[in-house]
Amino acid sequence: MNKETKGILLDPLHLQNPITLQVLGICSALAVTTKLEPAFVMSAALTFVLILSNVFISLLRNKIPGSIRIITQLAIIASLVIVADQILKAYLFEMSKMLSVFVGLIITNCIVMGRAEAFAMGNPPWKSAMDGFANAMGYSAILIIVGFFRELLGSGKLLGYTVMESVNNGGWYFPNGLMVLSPGAFFIIGLLIWLQRTLSTEMQEDSN
Amino acid sequence: MELINLALKAIFVENIVLAFFLGMCSFLAVSKKVDTAMGLGLAVIFVLAVTTPLNNLVFHYLLKEGALGWMLGKESAMEIDLSFLGFIAYIAVIAAVIQIVEMALEKFSPALYSALGVFLPLIAVNCAILGSSLFMVQREYGLAESTVFGIGSGIGFWLAIIALAAIREKLRYSNVPPGLRGLGITFITTGLMAMGFMLFAGIQL
Repeated sequence: MNKETKGILLDPLHLQNPITLQVLGICSALAVTTKLEPAFVMSAALTFVLILSNVFISLLRNKIPGSIRIITQLAIIASLVIVADQILKAYLFEMSKMLSVFVGLIITNCIVMGRAEAFAMGNPPWKSAMDGFANAMGYSAILIIVGFFRELLGSGKLLGYTVMESVNNGGWYFPNGLMVLSPGAFFIIGLLIWLQRTLSTEMQEDSN
Repeated sequence: MELINLALKAIFVENIVLAFFLGMCSFLAVSKKVDTAMGLGLAVIFVLAVTTPLNNLVFHYLLKEGALGWMLGKESAMEIDLSFLGFIAYIAVIAAVIQIVEMALEKFSPALYSALGVFLPLIAVNCAILGSSLFMVQREYGLAESTVFGIGSGIGFWLAIIALAAIREKLRYSNVPPGLRGLGITFITTGLMAMGFMLFAGIQL
């Protein structure tokens, strides 16, 4: 594996992570992570859309006129999201109810538009596919970490199985209700960013 | 009364940013200064007030099962259900409205255009706009309700982003641990704001 490929594949996982460094795609990262399972499904849906949108946009990159490129990209992305949504509705109906509007919001997920604009418009399809995959993995990693802590601390469960028996069911763990609500998500991502930037000091910002 | 209640709910109780996390990207990116936050907030109110009712019409007269009745006659229209095309239709409406608003502003009100201009293209990919349309469809709002809901969500976004920008302006002088500087402390602040807004829960008229 040469250096460039390695950079494309590995940077989005940590140093150029789409959520914690590029500040892209945060809406869904916070909204679907109350439990671990929807976080997995959302990650899969985004991976599907991001890889294919990068490939298609990269294939069309020399044909898309500059002045209408945003709307062209949106049309491609929206079509892919419709496919993903229909698949979810057909095979995972309960899950699709739970994710509600957030599958549709992949369209306006800044990661997809951001990668299309920043990478796929200037690179060949194979590289764009790798870039899409790597960014989707960086996004999924954060989603799964946040989902893990919110489900574990919020209800003492993981993927629906009880890990720490809650007080209501005669156990010892007193569930932290804040984790299931929105502030919990903000705090966990904030702390995650803190951890990440303490480990890699080059990611730190100079001012508030 | 119903409508006032809906507006209050959209602004405070179910604030689109702090309770549903919509429009987070621009919320975090454009909240360094109160001035720019004000510009973006006003642009969002404006666009939401136009697109949510417009998408309501699109849903009820084009996409819903049997919605084409006014064109094809009731019988044959019942077989057509285009609601799966929703996403692409709403985003097209939003992008088109933003383009038109931008051109109209440039022509008729250059002062407002220079204030809002940079933010308008950004708004096309703001999840808050598409999110409101999707919530409107999911909750089966009528035309009046969706207008109120659109404006209310916009005001909610405006309120939240102004508050965050004001806090961040003050934060500039405080001593934040190096790893938390910038994005990290912004998340923690937003979390505390979300806790504050949770106090509104249960308010009804």
